[in-house]
Amino acid sequence: MAHRWTNDLTHDDVTPKSAYLNRRQLMAGMAGLGLTALAPKANAAADLTPTDFDVISQYNNFYEFGTGKEDPAKHAHRLTTQPWSIKIDGMVDRPGDYALGDILSKMTIEERIYRFRCVEAWSMVVPWNGFELKDLLDLAGVQSSAKYVAFETLYRPDEMIGQKSPFLDWPYVEGLRLDEANHPLTLMATGLYGKDMPKQNGAPIRLVVPWKYGFKSIKSIVRITLTDKEPPTSWNKSIPGEYGFYSNVNPEVDHPRWSQASERPIGGGFFAKRIPTLKFNGYETEVANLYDGMDLRKNY
Amino acid sequence: MIEPLNTFVRKTPNWLLYLIGAAYPAWLLYAGLSGGLGVDPVKAMEHALGKAGLQVLIAVLLITPLRRFSKFNFLSWRRALGVIAFFYILLHFLVWMVLDVQILSQVWADIVKRPYIIVGMISLLILLPLAITSNNISIRKLGPRWRKLHKATYLAVALGGVHYIMQTKGFEYEPYIYLAVVIGLIAIRKLPKKRAAQPVKRQVA
Ligand code: HEM
Repeated sequence: MAHRWTNDLTHDDVTPKSAYLNRRQLMAGMAGLGLTALAPKANAAADLTPTDFDVISQYNNFYEFGTGKEDPAKHAHRLTTQPWSIKIDGMVDRPGDYALGDILSKMTIEERIYRFRCVEAWSMVVPWNGFELKDLLDLAGVQSSAKYVAFETLYRPDEMIGQKSPFLDWPYVEGLRLDEANHPLTLMATGLYGKDMPKQNGAPIRLVVPWKYGFKSIKSIVRITLTDKEPPTSWNKSIPGEYGFYSNVNPEVDHPRWSQASERPIGGGFFAKRIPTLKFNGYETEVANLYDGMDLRKNY
Repeated sequence: MIEPLNTFVRKTPNWLLYLIGAAYPAWLLYAGLSGGLGVDPVKAMEHALGKAGLQVLIAVLLITPLRRFSKFNFLSWRRALGVIAFFYILLHFLVWMVLDVQILSQVWADIVKRPYIIVGMISLLILLPLAITSNNISIRKLGPRWRKLHKATYLAVALGGVHYIMQTKGFEYEPYIYLAVVIGLIAIRKLPKKRAAQPVKRQVA
């Protein structure tokens, strides 16, 4: 069932991909004329202009293709995404290999303009295309014993050359609590800006959990497992003292390396100002109740 | 081949070294402003300067063993290289402070709280008096104490190498290679001097 959740950003905030550069100039022009009030009304908490497509597709942490931010854009072309299927197993009524085409034929693709916040304290605004994860889980029939959802990225070192280095314990794995996975904000994204997902952004299908740090939003997914135990997650396995299971965006809980109080929007050049980070990345009204009574400092 | 090179090194005017040294950050600034450093020029510049600072410092430390184990003599470049490395690292710090973190309270919080920043800061603070005393007057005034003071370069570079390792997230080979080179350079100093008994043969200096 699509459209359970509506953007606080309207469709007007995303311009046709051919015109987005022009729009920036237009906005600048309007600002010059003191007409910013006429610009599309964004969320009150911040000015949410979607980040340029070129920026979103050229600044990526996708360590399967190398450790530099430009490496994924350089190397991801090697990835073959056809055929693609997702193995859904564990506590489901209908386990099996689900061909991506079959999945997509049953889904309604909608646009979701989300803030994207990396644990490294930078951020973007991304107009994703995708469907709710819940719809996919419903397809497989989650059993009542299941409490968590585990995800796995493709492991194919010949194409994902970063996997030849022991940077992380490959394949990359992530996980969500079932209620987080079923939340209407949680998206399986297949594209952005109305285009197919660029390979460096996690083609052909990736997770997007906008109130969590970016590394939770696992890319190029080949397996989804329903389980009753908290599944291991790659960064937690690598540095448990720094990365927990929940990883909710929270300006009040610092990461040992980075203050999380503020973030640098990417794409603004040398002199881009930091902006304050919002609790749950600005989705507090939607998701805070998932964590009622939990100590978010302990469950970081 | 060696002699002409040594002569060339000896004859290079210092101002030329400083000019070449200054060209790199100037180019980074230009590239950053014109889109040549990618979509996040701040991080690109921060990383490039940290890396260049460490590389030039390692080059400085290579000069002594090169003289000892080969006939190459880069001694007359050493001061300029040291000062250039210091400025790269100072700029590394300033880019971090002014363009990256921006907010002074957060700069301070990071300096007292983040282990990799603390290690980098200690390294920079060690380098500061070395840079200040990199002139003839200080050498004359400090006498033998100058040499002692400037041995701290080894500690500063080692801490820079540790800082580099600490700032990586997953496992990467590169920073370990740097630290291994630095440790190797420190170890070489401890090798017994074979010809210690003989009067040291002086190159034409
Ligand atoms: C004033 C103290 C210093 C501060 C605040 C500082 C800060 C930083 C920061 C923020 C990073 C990047 C971390 C990231 O992006 O996650 C970094 C990386 C680095 N720093 Fe420093 N640093 C300092 C001193 C030094 C010193 C003294 C050296 C060398 C002797 C050094 C060499 C490096 C190197 C090599 C890198 C990695 C660059 C790369 O990844 O290519 N830093 N430093």
